Amino acid sequence: MASTIVTFELGGREVEVLVRPMTTLQSVLRNQLGQTATKDGCRQGGCGSCTVLVDGEPMASCLLPIEDVAGRRVTTLESLTPAEGLHPVQQAFVDEYAFQCGYCTPGMVMLSKALLDHDPAPNDEAIGQALAGNLCRCTGYRPIVDAIRHASGAMSGHDTEPVR
Amino acid sequence: MAKLRGTGMAAVNYPTGMNLGGDPSQALVHATTSGSFVVTLSATDLGQGLRTVIGQIAAETLGVAYDQVVVDTADTDTGPHDMGTFASRATHRVGNAVIAAAVEARKALLDVAAEEFEASVDEIELDGHGNLMVRGVPARSMPVAEVASMAQFKYGRTIAGRGSFMKPRSEVDPETGAMDPDSTEAHACTVAEVEVDTETGEVTVLSIRSAYEVGRQVNPALVQGQITGGAWMGMSHALYETTAPYYPAPDHSPRDFSEYLMPGPLELPEIDCVVLEMPSSNGPYGVKGIGEMTANSPIPAIVNAIYHATGVRIDSLPVTPEKILRGLDARRP
Ligand code: FES
Ligand code: FES
Repeated sequence: MASTIVTFELGGREVEVLVRPMTTLQSVLRNQLGQTATKDGCRQGGCGSCTVLVDGEPMASCLLPIEDVAGRRVTTLESLTPAEGLHPVQQAFVDEYAFQCGYCTPGMVMLSKALLDHDPAPNDEAIGQALAGNLCRCTGYRPIVDAIRHASGAMSGHDTEPVR
Repeated sequence: MAKLRGTGMAAVNYPTGMNLGGDPSQALVHATTSGSFVVTLSATDLGQGLRTVIGQIAAETLGVAYDQVVVDTADTDTGPHDMGTFASRATHRVGNAVIAAAVEARKALLDVAAEEFEASVDEIELDGHGNLMVRGVPARSMPVAEVASMAQFKYGRTIAGRGSFMKPRSEVDPETGAMDPDSTEAHACTVAEVEVDTETGEVTVLSIRSAYEVGRQVNPALVQGQITGGAWMGMSHALYETTAPYYPAPDHSPRDFSEYLMPGPLELPEIDCVVLEMPSSNGPYGVKGIGEMTANSPIPAIVNAIYHATGVRIDSLPVTPEKILRGLDARRP
């Protein structure tokens, strides 16, 4: 089948890519656009390391054919990161040491941002439910849960101290 | 049918390094023209933070700021020899090798500074913030970057050092059976609390609390991270993980690592620790290894807690609900 041109919004800018049919968003981001913060843990929807936001909703970009994002708004870790400093969710991950190898971190940060956009003060149960599709094999999740609670406080203007 | 609670304890005595045919790590350190120091290693950072702690050790020994050190790891084609990252050995072995290399590189740097300042080498000092000076004469001070650049362009010298650390092989004494296989030992004790549902056989881990004695901590946040992650991994070994099919038919076994069962964020116990520091005599700045040991003591502590709660003594992992229910059945009169 012939290649086609797909247009979508990435980090506030319109991008246009020439792709073979059924190329995934993950592959376009990493291989065509050089946005390698989106990771590539399993390529079958099992780990969440490739999580990006599409129209604000977290999605596994390894399962998303690029044609499906035509005309939609994609947010990656690169688009989330301000020119200076860090996004409050990123800062909370640093403050809580919520990573070791860091492989799960981009997906975890995107997921946390989406969670906090929907529910600015999630309890541990809600955080646990939100994280269920994203694997971490280093931290034991506790520091990640703490980072999300910390980010929630920081973004609502109270309690910017580390949780522990 | 009830929910029974129990508490269990376990302790571990954990060796740093292994008795191979000699267990060496090597390191090279050199300064670039911009005054950064590059540490070249073959040892690997698995994500536990080796590059961070090696950067700290190198900066401390060189007398420069942490952000002036670049740690280049894990290329066995080009790096100096290393046995590898295992047996909780890397911070200890590689750290010692890096200290030796950094001492040599520092000496080369001071030699150039002494020549430039027309002073003797033992009058030169580093302030730890990237400056060299003649002791007691702050006016005669120069940034490390400038001296490094001078070494290469004015004096035609390298600022470099080589380091190696090797624990020689220890043979068993045929008379006594004695040997000295490791370099030092770290210690931990864990107390776990569980709740066992006697109807379903399910175990909920309520808390895992530990005390660790790990020698000098190079980076306390990384030590804490290892302990927290390790407690979760221990809980995972104790109750979840197996590659064997068990429930209830072979095709329910994991097909790959994303289906391999481990606890998720909704199963987290309270995890807590205190860390005591009793420096080792032979580690870099008193380091001992902390890594593998963090997943050890939580396992028997959890299994002991299950025994305390139910009277069922289980001796194979993972402790599945089926094993607990069979154990409870066997105890019924
Ligand atoms: S890479 Fe997409 S879920 Fe694992
Ligand atoms: S930090 Fe290594 S997988 Fe999460």
